[in-house]
Amino acid sequence: MTPPLSRRDFLRTSGALVVSFSSAGALAPFVFPSTSLSAGGQGQFGTRVSHVDPRQLDSWIAVNADGTVTGYTGKCELGQGMLTAQTQLVAEELSVPVERVHIVQCDTDVTPDQGTTSGSQSTPTNFNEANLALAAATAREALLNLASTRLGVPVNRLSADNGAISISGDAAKRVTYGELIGGRKFALTLSRTARRKPAAQWTVLGKPVPRVDMAALATGRFEFVHNVRVPGMLHGQVVRPPSVGATVGGVDDTSVRGLPGVVEVVVRKNFVGVVTEKPWQALQAARALKVQWAAGSKLPAQRDLYDWMRRQPSRDGLVVDSGDVDRTLNGARTVLKATYLHPYQMHASMGTSCAVADVRGDHATVWSPTQSAYPTRSGVALLTGLPLDNVRVVFTRGSGCYGINGADTVSFDAALLSQAVGKPVRIQLTRKDEMAWENYGLAYVIDQRIGLDANGAIIAWDYDAWLPSLGGRPGYDAPGNVITGSLVGFEPAGVSPRATTPPSGTLRNGSNAAPSYVAGCIGTSCAGAGTVKSERVRTHTIRSPFFTGPLRSPSRLQNTFAHECFLDEAAASVKADPIEYRLRHLRDERLMEVIRAAGKAANWEARPSPQSRNTRSGVARGRGVSAVAYEGDNGYVAMVAEIAVDQATGRITVTRLVVAQDCGPISNPDGMKNQIEGGALQGLSRALGEEVTWDDQQVTSIDWRTYHSLTLGFGVPVIESVLINRTDVEATGAGETAITIVAPAIGNAIFDATGVRLRQVPFTAERLRAALG
Amino acid sequence: MSAFTLTVNGERHTVDVDPTTPLLYVLSDDLALRGPKFGCGLGQCGSCTVIVGQRAIRSCVTPMSTLNGADVTTLEGLGTVERPHPLQKAFIDEQAAQCGFCLSGVIMTTVALLNQNPRATTPQIQESLSTVLCRCFVHTRMLRAITRYAEEKRA
Repeated sequence: MTPPLSRRDFLRTSGALVVSFSSAGALAPFVFPSTSLSAGGQGQFGTRVSHVDPRQLDSWIAVNADGTVTGYTGKCELGQGMLTAQTQLVAEELSVPVERVHIVQCDTDVTPDQGTTSGSQSTPTNFNEANLALAAATAREALLNLASTRLGVPVNRLSADNGAISISGDAAKRVTYGELIGGRKFALTLSRTARRKPAAQWTVLGKPVPRVDMAALATGRFEFVHNVRVPGMLHGQVVRPPSVGATVGGVDDTSVRGLPGVVEVVVRKNFVGVVTEKPWQALQAARALKVQWAAGSKLPAQRDLYDWMRRQPSRDGLVVDSGDVDRTLNGARTVLKATYLHPYQMHASMGTSCAVADVRGDHATVWSPTQSAYPTRSGVALLTGLPLDNVRVVFTRGSGCYGINGADTVSFDAALLSQAVGKPVRIQLTRKDEMAWENYGLAYVIDQRIGLDANGAIIAWDYDAWLPSLGGRPGYDAPGNVITGSLVGFEPAGVSPRATTPPSGTLRNGSNAAPSYVAGCIGTSCAGAGTVKSERVRTHTIRSPFFTGPLRSPSRLQNTFAHECFLDEAAASVKADPIEYRLRHLRDERLMEVIRAAGKAANWEARPSPQSRNTRSGVARGRGVSAVAYEGDNGYVAMVAEIAVDQATGRITVTRLVVAQDCGPISNPDGMKNQIEGGALQGLSRALGEEVTWDDQQVTSIDWRTYHSLTLGFGVPVIESVLINRTDVEATGAGETAITIVAPAIGNAIFDATGVRLRQVPFTAERLRAALG
Repeated sequence: MSAFTLTVNGERHTVDVDPTTPLLYVLSDDLALRGPKFGCGLGQCGSCTVIVGQRAIRSCVTPMSTLNGADVTTLEGLGTVERPHPLQKAFIDEQAAQCGFCLSGVIMTTVALLNQNPRATTPQIQESLSTVLCRCFVHTRMLRAITRYAEEKRA
């Protein structure tokens, strides 16, 4: 592949902004009046220019007449705790209690366009020195300036507390924010010189503030998108093709005409849906509707997938290439060679995706759980033919998504159905429609070679990977990247085969394709975390038979599985302790520190793997370690896993996971622990059982019996988190760190326990039993 | 269409629906309740769990025809934000959620089990949760909250 432009690089490309704002309602941020401004240009988040100008303070922060504060953000709550963390940020900078801050998330009428809430980018984007953080600091500075004028003393004699500013040492001389500016606009641009509170002074940020939504969730009061009810709302279902690539030959709408509640059968090219008065009726009608389908092309046989991938025409990429890898390997004392395999996996959200759309006349409103409010707005405009400015997308929380689940596609479904009937329509997908057609996380084939010198040190690392791709996030102009857009005729992004070109610039290890242990040199610039100078990282992207897209730790998880297990193979071949051997080949201090910290917390016993006590019967115990610098520099994490293997059955029981993590300054330590624990167990589920399956026509993992997620009753390991809080560096993401290193930690522990190396995920009992022989 | 009477969270309701309609559709659509949720429609994940009489049932696969006169409790029937049920309070105290979509499954299943058998052992609790899913994998915190509640209940 061309390594996909890393999400970070994408964010860094900034273009001209169009200045355009006017004052709207009292509490709404700066909004351009509804006219045409959809033309060209690019905002600061790799986004299109939006009508909410991100350079204006009023686009981010409003002080209301009652002194409460509203924050507007383009980074939304997906279950990861971002709502609470952003509430803390605004509360901290403005010195107001958490309960007096309200955050409006991802509503294209009023919030700045911050692109997609993804890629562990919300914290780096909004919690360092720009955007929401800078807005909050600017607002604090502005409030102090206003108070200085009002109270007639210089700013350095003022202090802010509890939503008011007083003269230091004279608390009676006091003015509240409401009195200073409540209900009015700041009319200021973000101040680049506004200073955030130093972390040492934090009283709200950095603390384990309870989640602001927790009580409503636990008592069933919380409004998910699934609960949105609009007057006059109808209910829809879609009829997806019976096999991949099938096309509509004809639709017999008389087949449902007599059924209760049927309002409309909607057909647009290969998109078929029904609209009824009640939701249960929609399911009945969708089942009963007779559609003639022309079969699509056959799918590659699942058992042959990995060989098939190697045979496809590919788009090739070189991430690093020192030019001497073959030569160094030829001169090495020992060469290790192994192939690692990772299956397609899915987001498989707990709740199937749901959206409500109200498309009437030339206006549309869509209540959507999308991670990408503005891009979805653009997609809805393309699908409905409405002017962009007439479409509003209101982010409304859905089930946890972990990447692009069905949220975008169902938003398109709702818009198409609503437009067809001219009334609001709600649709929640069936479990099968969700699972059979979502954008899966990538399968991977990874060949690696390591060369060792006479001292057992790694002197060369060669990596060669094949990965499938089709579609992805729709972005602003590619609704065909998800099933609904593709069914109505928009093409999904495919793969145009291309030979590789040499790498240039500086390595940005955004997909973690380069192992942590290589130097990562391009020319004279070496940005890798490790020391191995002879290095080559090649990728071959092929066209996928299924839609693909980002699934929590996309590519980073698959790559790290291969790297971290293979590193262990090298350590074992020279009888080195896996932690000591890692440290020997690293130079990134933060990565090294989390490895040491995890080892220390786990009481790691320094010795080579496999452990020597094992006989091939009974229960064998072992431990494994793994680590990653996520995306090269967006979070540092290490894990020690302790497991027991029943060698008669191949069943793996994970007893303990110790995770050490450094993500810079921590906004909410309890929130971070929650992400570590959830990431660790989701990673465990993906390592032990999750795999998309199919026959020659269609996906067959379509429910919870055929797609295997660990239940609440599976025998949960102890999880211990070691948080390294650094306040002298920038904040990084923390949502995709732990999950990235679970499979290799387990794989290495299996090897330690049994001497058997599993190189294919998932580590099912059958697979391990077969390997144990 | 047929008329059915239900008592839901202490309130009597009469609804006129197709008898094959699963209870979940009546609760979330006709009665606009937010606790029970559609997760799979197949009785496999737990999101739709409610308590009928004493038993936790999967409302997405339980047709109205079997429920006339039933007494139904949903997640919001257990407690309120101001006065949560002790298990809901344990979940709040342990911060045991991420997206929160699965909570009806976890909480209602456990409440029903411990109401029927206040002395249920940890393996029995685990067994009852072996068909309940949480895809954010908040398992550790949820089990901690459940243990805390179970201990209170036994005491």
